[in-house]
Amino acid sequence: MLLVQFLLLSAVLFCIGVYGVLARRNGVMVLMSIELILNAVNINFVAFGAFNGTVTGEVFALFVIAIAAAEVGVGLAIVLLIFRNKRSVDLSDVDLMKG
Amino acid sequence: MGSLFILGAEGPTEFVDIAGWFLENAWIIPALPAISFVIILFFGKKLPYKGAEIGITAVGLAFILSVLTAGQWMNQVDNAHGSEGGHGEEAALVLVDDDIELASAEADSEAAAFFAEEGEEGHSVVGRNAVVERFTWWENGGVEFKVGIMVDGLTVMMLFVVTLISLLVHIYSTDYVDGDRRYTHYFAFLSLFTASMLFFVLSENVLQMIVGWELVGVCSFALIGHWWEEKPNSDAALKAFLTNRVGDMGLLIGMIILFWSANSWSIIDINEAAIGHDIGHTTLFIASLCLTAAVMSKSGQFVLHTWLPDAMAGPTPVSALIHAATMVVAGIYMVARLYGVFWEGYSIAGSSFNILALVGSVTLVGAGLLAFVQDDIKKVLAYSTVSQLGYMCMALGVGAWTAAVFHLFTHAFFKAGLFLGAGSVSHSVHSFDMKTHMGGMRKFMPKTFATFMICTIALMGLPPLAGFWSKDEILVGTGGWGFFGGTSANGSYTFALVMGIIGAALTCAYMTRVIYLTFFGEWRGAEHMHHDDHGDGHDDDHGHAHEPHESGPRILIPLYILSFMAIVAGFFNLPPGFITGSEEGWQERFFHYVEPVSSYFPAIKHGVPSYSLAIFATIVALLGAFASYYYFFVRVNRQSPAATELANGLTSTNKVARAGHTVLKEKYYLDHLYTDIIAGGTKGPVADAAYWTNQNVIDETVNQVGRTAVSTATFVYETIDQKLVDGAVNLSGSASEGLGEVSRSALQRGKVQQYAAIMFIAATVIAGLLMVFI
Amino acid sequence: MVAQNIFFGIMAAIMIWAALRVVTTKNVVHAALWLVIVLAGVAGQFLLLGAEFVGVTQILVYIGAVVVLFLFGIMLTRASMGEDENVNLPNRIVPATVGVLLFGLMAFATIDYWRDAELPKDGSPTTVEAVSDSIFSDFIVPFEATSVLLLAALIGAIVVARKE
Repeated sequence: MLLVQFLLLSAVLFCIGVYGVLARRNGVMVLMSIELILNAVNINFVAFGAFNGTVTGEVFALFVIAIAAAEVGVGLAIVLLIFRNKRSVDLSDVDLMKG
Repeated sequence: MGSLFILGAEGPTEFVDIAGWFLENAWIIPALPAISFVIILFFGKKLPYKGAEIGITAVGLAFILSVLTAGQWMNQVDNAHGSEGGHGEEAALVLVDDDIELASAEADSEAAAFFAEEGEEGHSVVGRNAVVERFTWWENGGVEFKVGIMVDGLTVMMLFVVTLISLLVHIYSTDYVDGDRRYTHYFAFLSLFTASMLFFVLSENVLQMIVGWELVGVCSFALIGHWWEEKPNSDAALKAFLTNRVGDMGLLIGMIILFWSANSWSIIDINEAAIGHDIGHTTLFIASLCLTAAVMSKSGQFVLHTWLPDAMAGPTPVSALIHAATMVVAGIYMVARLYGVFWEGYSIAGSSFNILALVGSVTLVGAGLLAFVQDDIKKVLAYSTVSQLGYMCMALGVGAWTAAVFHLFTHAFFKAGLFLGAGSVSHSVHSFDMKTHMGGMRKFMPKTFATFMICTIALMGLPPLAGFWSKDEILVGTGGWGFFGGTSANGSYTFALVMGIIGAALTCAYMTRVIYLTFFGEWRGAEHMHHDDHGDGHDDDHGHAHEPHESGPRILIPLYILSFMAIVAGFFNLPPGFITGSEEGWQERFFHYVEPVSSYFPAIKHGVPSYSLAIFATIVALLGAFASYYYFFVRVNRQSPAATELANGLTSTNKVARAGHTVLKEKYYLDHLYTDIIAGGTKGPVADAAYWTNQNVIDETVNQVGRTAVSTATFVYETIDQKLVDGAVNLSGSASEGLGEVSRSALQRGKVQQYAAIMFIAATVIAGLLMVFI
Repeated sequence: MVAQNIFFGIMAAIMIWAALRVVTTKNVVHAALWLVIVLAGVAGQFLLLGAEFVGVTQILVYIGAVVVLFLFGIMLTRASMGEDENVNLPNRIVPATVGVLLFGLMAFATIDYWRDAELPKDGSPTTVEAVSDSIFSDFIVPFEATSVLLLAALIGAIVVARKE
């Protein structure tokens, strides 16, 4: 197996994730897209780890998984809060930072 | 070979390992209050006494363990002494013979002379290794981070003081804060405070010291702000915390310097490296300076002492704990523990000036003056603490290590006694203001009065109470007494001696004032009693007598114990040859057990006490007391028993005196300097400039720039130079305002995903550029 | 080798398709279910790379916990169960352009640099023991920091989401 095939798969998932983050209106779906990005990163970590013959890549993938779990928890809590205040999870409605 | 020899020459030749169950398991002592903290926090409210009983039990057990630990230490030291006693002079002789080979002959012959002298005095030169128990906590990049305990004479002394004072404060508090709305919370933090201080004291390495240091700071924050509903209290807590942060930077930097130069966190290793000249002198000097900054903030030394009087906002027992046994002595303890570093860094031996001694002596006199103008009894005591800490700092600065630690020891008892006594008075008059609520209290509270008087005399340093002995040792240790048969101290710090004697006189004078205003004259609080506002903020549920009344046994018993200690604590370290004329026996016990004789402790010399100095200092102190006595007890009292100062006194007739009084009232304007000039100044231009750069360069909210630039410009315009900056700033201000307006409407629309898109596009562009050009 | 490559190809195709569905479907619940497929595929890739422990963790944490969390989120925000026209922004050309450009850039960079890099052929799967040794020696500090982070996230999520 070539290293590059994993890297390309990871790049595809990453870019699909980026598209999702930018194109989705629903807060929950944006979070899902972020998960895609994080998984793409994980594939890279593990692939490079296997390529170098160390476990460091795997360890970092585990850290990313742990942090992603925390991120989803906080992210969904924020989405819930937005929903409670606005009765909607539409991110285009959330523009309090408007200058 | 060289460094080995120097080590051998400056320390004893033989080392005895000291062991024992209590010494090796001293970690239990901080663990007990730590466990008690957790239990009180989670279950305290459900317990019959709301958690107080857990705290008292834990600290009581810790106290018993500390006493046993101290006993074991003393026993072991005596064993070492007894079995190896004959070696004293032999060792000294060997050292003298080796002098030829040594690099710095002068220093070493001094050391040899020291040992010879010690031998004559009957002290063993057999070194005593500290009891060290440690294990590897974690390891990173080849560096091992250990955690453990280090027990030697200094440690057991501190364990004893901290647990005893804490135990008494716990007992006292059950009455004093009875019925408080956060009673359980209070006891939980009292436990944590004690645990933190004990942890700090037992630290085996400097990393642990930093942790303990910060823990103590956090606990003091929580306890000073105990009644945080009132703004001044939470302000005081914040002030204490933030002022300490200033010094903590020094602590961190200093410790990191020491770590990199000694390549170890261990206190013993660092001290040995410093004494053995393995670390360059400049490095040690810089590290000492950084650590001195930490001492200045933690131990309330000039100019970072301003938090300490404000910290009186906390409950009185907490003040006693902070000022006597924990928190503020942490700085002194740190210097004492890392004395090798300071000793070499400041070249204390053979010098007549260094920064530590300067800071200490300036604080000693400066705070003593401030104590004169305070009307709040606790603030007088607070400045008194600052002043006494100045004594300790100065003593460490001049090389009188034992004297400093001994003063810490005695001061802990009488200052805790004074604070608790002041609390007892305020408990019955519901205020700390001596001028409006107190006066004549001796009639109402004879027992509190008696204990307060004993502690006051001890603080004044009048013989034969505790303060006299430790103060006298410090004065001897300065080595500045060259007129009447000089002393053989480490250097000739004449300025320290002069400041020390002035400070003693000041202490006597302001304490006489406190005694008069509080206990003599006529009670001035009658008209306040009906509509008082509980200066303390705590809810008093026992029936309001119209007159003050004596406090209950839970307040009085700690006072009795502390005043007893204030009487006897001084006898632990009588000068050699005093009274009995014998060199052996019961003199200098404190020195014998507490001062390390080991490779991690520098070879300091000990001044020989002189009767003439003791008598002279006592006379000066008494003069201070009499001046104050004449003013208050005779002149003011003659004017009216209820008066607090002369109607036509010096401050109202003499312009210079009034100006001086105002400066003192304003605490040398230091608070104004910090909040208005430094903080205000930084908040203004520096923060504005940073904000300006940030907004202009990075963020899309460019529209802020115009406004900020204008405000920056306004500041510069008003304060620095009108003509230079004026035109340019107006131009840039209006230009960026225009730019900001444009970008605001186009970019700053509050759409999160638009921002994300811009971010990704920018990332893509930057990545592309990197690929093309690199 | 060939079998592995074929397996990789099939899995990659399924994953890419599922990922596209995650970001294009108009049904929120379907998106979550498509996400399950992508995540399972990632776990499969981990196994292919010999990272068994990470693969198992991926299934446990992501499919077991994170997806359930998403489903709860969907439920609590009362998303309609059927098709919802409102989940996409009107303007999808910019995101698509960004995605494609980014992919082009990354693909060019990786192929350019790693064209011939072969994974070790005799690579046996890493053991859990090796992973744990690494975590508890070299990476103990990040590990401890992560535990604090998780605690902070836990408290933060509760504070943010609870009803006053």
